[in-house]
Amino acid sequence: MAEVLVYVDHVDGAVRKPTLELLTLARRIGEPVAVALGNGAADTAATLAEHGAVKVLTDDASEYADYLVVPKVDALQAAYEAVSPAAVLVPSSAEAKEIAARLALRIGAGVITDAVDIEAGDSGPVATQSVFAASYTTRTRVSKGTPVITVKPNSAAVEAAPAAGAVEALSVTFSAQATGTKVTGRTPRESTGRPELTEAAIVVSGGRGVNGAENFSVIEALADSLGAAVGASRAAVDAGWYPHTNQVGQTGKSVSPQLYIASGISGAIQHRAGMQTSKTIVAVNKDAEAPIFDLVDYGVVGDLFEVVPQLTEEIRTRKG
Amino acid sequence: MSLRIVVTVKYVPDATGDRHFAEDLTVDRDDVDGLLSELDEYAVEQALQIAAEADDAEITVLTVGPEDAKDALRKALSMGADKAVHVEDDDLHGTDAIGTSLVLAKAIEKAGYDLVVSGMASTDGTMGVLPALVAERLGVPQVTLLSEVSVADGVVKGRRDGDSASEQLEASLPAVVSVTDQSGEARYPSFKGIMAAKKKPVESWDLSDLRIEADEVGLAGSWTAVDSAAERPARTAGTIVKDEGEGGKQLAGFLAEHKFV
Ligand SMILES: Cc1cc2nc3c(=O)[nH]c(=O)nc-3n(C[C@H](O)[C@H](O)[C@H](O)COP(=O)(O)OP(=O)(O)OC[C@H]3O[C@@H](n4cnc5c(N)ncnc54)[C@H](O)[C@@H]3O)c2cc1C
Ligand SMILES: Cc1cc2nc3c(=O)[nH]c(=O)nc-3n(C[C@H](O)[C@H](O)[C@H](O)COP(=O)(O)OP(=O)(O)OC[C@H]3O[C@@H](n4cnc5c(N)ncnc54)[C@H](O)[C@@H]3O)c2cc1C
Repeated sequence: MAEVLVYVDHVDGAVRKPTLELLTLARRIGEPVAVALGNGAADTAATLAEHGAVKVLTDDASEYADYLVVPKVDALQAAYEAVSPAAVLVPSSAEAKEIAARLALRIGAGVITDAVDIEAGDSGPVATQSVFAASYTTRTRVSKGTPVITVKPNSAAVEAAPAAGAVEALSVTFSAQATGTKVTGRTPRESTGRPELTEAAIVVSGGRGVNGAENFSVIEALADSLGAAVGASRAAVDAGWYPHTNQVGQTGKSVSPQLYIASGISGAIQHRAGMQTSKTIVAVNKDAEAPIFDLVDYGVVGDLFEVVPQLTEEIRTRKG
Repeated sequence: MSLRIVVTVKYVPDATGDRHFAEDLTVDRDDVDGLLSELDEYAVEQALQIAAEADDAEITVLTVGPEDAKDALRKALSMGADKAVHVEDDDLHGTDAIGTSLVLAKAIEKAGYDLVVSGMASTDGTMGVLPALVAERLGVPQVTLLSEVSVADGVVKGRRDGDSASEQLEASLPAVVSVTDQSGEARYPSFKGIMAAKKKPVESWDLSDLRIEADEVGLAGSWTAVDSAAERPARTAGTIVKDEGEGGKQLAGFLAEHKFV
C-alpha cells in the first residue's frame, strides 16, 4: 500500500490532537509514515503508533528551534525523498502551512491549504475546502506532483488503530537557506489550564458586549462549567480585554467545535469566517437584529450579564 | 544607501458583499466590488514606517491581477507609496498559489529590492503561503507573520506570535517579511495623498516582460484543480427566545437536550 507522509505537530514530544486527526485521514489513502522533528521528537512515537503510524522518522537537530521554518522544510523534503509517498499531509497551523507550501514548490507539486476533509479519488486524494467565510464548499485536487495538503483542526474524529510505529532516524542535510532567519528569543505561552482553543469540543466567546477585561470572568465561569475553551472577538482583543491568542476569526484562530457560544458578539463576516463551521451555534445578544442570530441553532435576546451567569449556575446545578 | 522596498498587495472581492464563483470555478469578479485586501494595508503601513526610519528609501507596490487591480495600487499610492507595478496578462486568469509566487518573484527581481513586505494572508484565498513561497523562490530569508517589525543596518528584526510561543526573529537583508493585523493600525489616505497618487508612476508588465511562458501560469498551468464549488446550504432557522428572566435556564435546557450538559 502507498505511504502517506504526516508532519507531526508536537511540543517537546507531546503530540497535538490535529496530528492524530491527520493520521486518521491518512489511513484513507495509504499507510501513514510520521515525521517528527526537534526536541522530544522520538517521544512522540508511542502516541503516533497507537493512531496508525507504521513508521516514525525523527531528527532532533538544534536547527529546528534556532532558525525559522526552512530547516523543517529541508527535513520534510529528506523524508519525501526517502519514502516517495502518495501524499503529504500537514496540519493547518500558520507555520505548518508555510512548510507545506515551500515543500510543494521544491518537489514540483500543487498545494492545498485548510482542507476540512480528504477522501481517496480516482486520480489521487480529493480535498474538501470551506471557503469565503464558509459560505462555499469546494472539492479540490492536486493535478501535478505529489499532493501536499494542509488540514484544519477538528476535520476528523480521532480513531485509534495500533501500528508498528518503528522509530527511524531521518538523515537531513540542511540547505544554504536553513540558517537565514535566526530565532533570537522565545517566550513560551503560559498555560491557562483550559483546553486548546482550536482543539476544544466547546468554545465560549465574548465580544465588545462584555465591556471590560474584568467582566471576562463571566465568560470564563461559563467556559469552566462546560470544560470549554475561551474565545474573543477582535473588538474585545483590540480593547485589550483578552489576549490575541484567543481571538476567533479571519485573523485569529479558526475553530470548529461541537458547540460555540457567542456572547456580546455581533457576528461580523470576519468573525464568522472563524466559527461558522461549528456544529451547534448559540448566541446571547441584547440586539435582536444582530447578524449572529442568522447563524444560531439557539439564541437568547437579552443582557449577557443576566443570561450568562444564570446559564452557568443552571449548568452547575444540573451537573450536581 | 537607498533601501528598496517592494510591497505585494492583492486586489480581492469585498468580503462584506456576496462572493461567488464563476462558471470556470475561479473567483467571480464581475458581480462584486473589489478592493485592496485589508490585510495588505498593514503591509503598506509597516513599509511606510520602515521607510521613514531609513536615510533614503523607495517603496514600490506590486500587484498581480486584472485591469481593476489598479484600484488596489491607487489606494496604496495614496497611503504614501512612491510607485507601482501592475502585472496584468489574460493568461494569468486562474493562477494558483505556486504560479502566483512565480510571477511575484520574477516581478520583484525585475523591480529590484532589498526588502519585500507582504500581508499575512489575502482576504479571499486566505492561504497565508505566498510570502514563504516568494522567499523560497528568491532564495532569501523569510521573516513572516510579524506583529512587530523594524529594519536597521541591513538587518530586519521582528516578533512572531505563534501557537505555543512568541519568537524574536532576525535576518539580514535582502529578506521577505509578512506582517499581521497586530502590527499597527494602517493610516487613512489624506486628501493630499489621494491627489498626489494620481501623478505617481504605475508601470504595467505582462508575462513576456517577466520571461514567463503562458503555460507556467493560469488555469492551464495550475498545479491544483477545483472540481466543484457549492454554496453552503443556509442554516435552518434556529430557535430565538427573548430573555424575560428565564433566558439562561431555557438555554441550559437546550444544551441539556443536545447532551452538552
Ligand atoms: C481585515 C479584518 C480582519 C478581521 N479579523 C477579525 C477576527 O479575526 N475576529 C473578529 O472577531 N473580528 C475580526 N475583524 C473585526 C470585525 O469586522 C468586527 O469589527 C468584530 O468582529 C466586532 O466584534 P464584536 O462583535 O465583539 O463587536 P460589535 O460588532 O461592536 O458587537 C458587540 C455586540 O455586543 C452586543 N452587546 C452589547 N452589550 C451587550 C450586553 N450587555 N449583553 C448582550 N449583548 C450585548 C451588541 O448588541 C453587539 O451586537 C476583522 C476586521 C477586518 C477588517
Ligand atoms: C477560496 C480560494 C481558495 C484557494 N485555494 C487554493 C489552494 O488550495 N491552492 C492553491 O494553489 N491556490 C488556491 N487558491 C488560489 C490562490 O488564492 C491564488 O493563487 C492567490 O493569488 C494566492 O493565494 P492567497 O490569495 O491565498 O494569498 P496569501 O498567501 O494568503 O497571501 C499572502 C500575501 O501575499 C501577497 N499576495 C497574494 N496574492 C497576490 C497577488 N495576486 N498580487 C500581489 N500580492 C499578492 C499579499 O501580500 C498577501 O497579503 C484559492 C483561491 C481562492 C479564492
